[in-house]
Amino acid sequence: MSDSKNTRRGFLAASATMAAGLGFVAIAPGIRLIEAASAQGKLASSKVRYGLLIDSNKCKSDCDACVGACATENGIVEKVANPRQRAQWIRKINLVETSTGKTHSLPMMCQHCAKPPCVDVCPTGASFKRADGIVLVDRHICIGCRYCMMACPYKARSFGHQALTTQNPEVPRGQGCVEACTFCVQRVDRGLKPACVEACTNGAMIFGDLNDPNSDIYKRIREVSSRQVRADLKLDTGVRYQGI
Amino acid sequence: MFKRVLAVMLFSIAALAQPAVADAGRVPKPTPTIETPGQCVAPVEEMRRNHMEMLKHQRNRTMRMGERDTKVSLNGCIQCHASKINGSVLGSRDNFCEACHAYAAVKLDCWDCHQPKANYKATASAPPTMGLKP
Repeated sequence: MSDSKNTRRGFLAASATMAAGLGFVAIAPGIRLIEAASAQGKLASSKVRYGLLIDSNKCKSDCDACVGACATENGIVEKVANPRQRAQWIRKINLVETSTGKTHSLPMMCQHCAKPPCVDVCPTGASFKRADGIVLVDRHICIGCRYCMMACPYKARSFGHQALTTQNPEVPRGQGCVEACTFCVQRVDRGLKPACVEACTNGAMIFGDLNDPNSDIYKRIREVSSRQVRADLKLDTGVRYQGI
Repeated sequence: MFKRVLAVMLFSIAALAQPAVADAGRVPKPTPTIETPGQCVAPVEEMRRNHMEMLKHQRNRTMRMGERDTKVSLNGCIQCHASKINGSVLGSRDNFCEACHAYAAVKLDCWDCHQPKANYKATASAPPTMGLKP
């Protein structure tokens, strides 16, 4: 018995070595693990938790630089017949305290929850959370059912209603899938800040790693009082607001 | 007798001519324009047979794990193989992706979401951006 086991192991090892020489590893007949690029690049790490702190005191109600920067970076430039179907990865909202009339302005987008309801309800596994806390939609397996849009308490997700030809190469978008703020994952993976944060000239947005004691956002959320929107839902959002 | 021989001869000629007629009616083999030949990430034979597996494997790693700037990448294909005429891998039977996929009748879903043009940058004016009415 042990003989046959050894033979089988030996065979697998030998075939793996042979295949590796050709640039891929056979893990089963017809299934190959292509090693070409596996060693390259940094992978999203679970030690990191990306977050965003928004200071609504600094955010000006007549400014929408963040929204424009998001549209440019992510190619959200299509003309839509029905304005209600326009994709909104980020939007500016004004809050009014009814008793005092005090207004706040702030950008609202995907809150990148640690326990995202959109991921809970997704029937295909298309809605997922990356190891570093960024919540994304895998368009390859999204069937466009829009359960996640209903589940999201922040109305953060949009649906692609029309065929597009104006996508940016690094931000694939299309008809029939749900989409939302990605924290500009294509920039974050290269060590850049999201487009909205870079565009904010009022210094109202701080992006960084909530787990890294040396990061600005880590220090800041320990200095000032910040809130999670709908903290009662205990979703542990990655986007925090100061001054609301 | 002569008539019968003639009939057989005619029949055989018709039968011999059949494949030639069928060949002439066949769809011509694809002739994609290769803009940068000889520099691909793997040998031509392997690319022809396995490019879809390579792309599918890498797309999941990039999407789910954030692996960027890899050897295999769809944008890499486009950078090299986009036509110098219309800047795209699509458009006609000469364009790199469309040539073979049209011949093999394999539908390309990639371009429903991905940008088929090299160095494309969305520039149209951004839509009105202020928020929804409360």
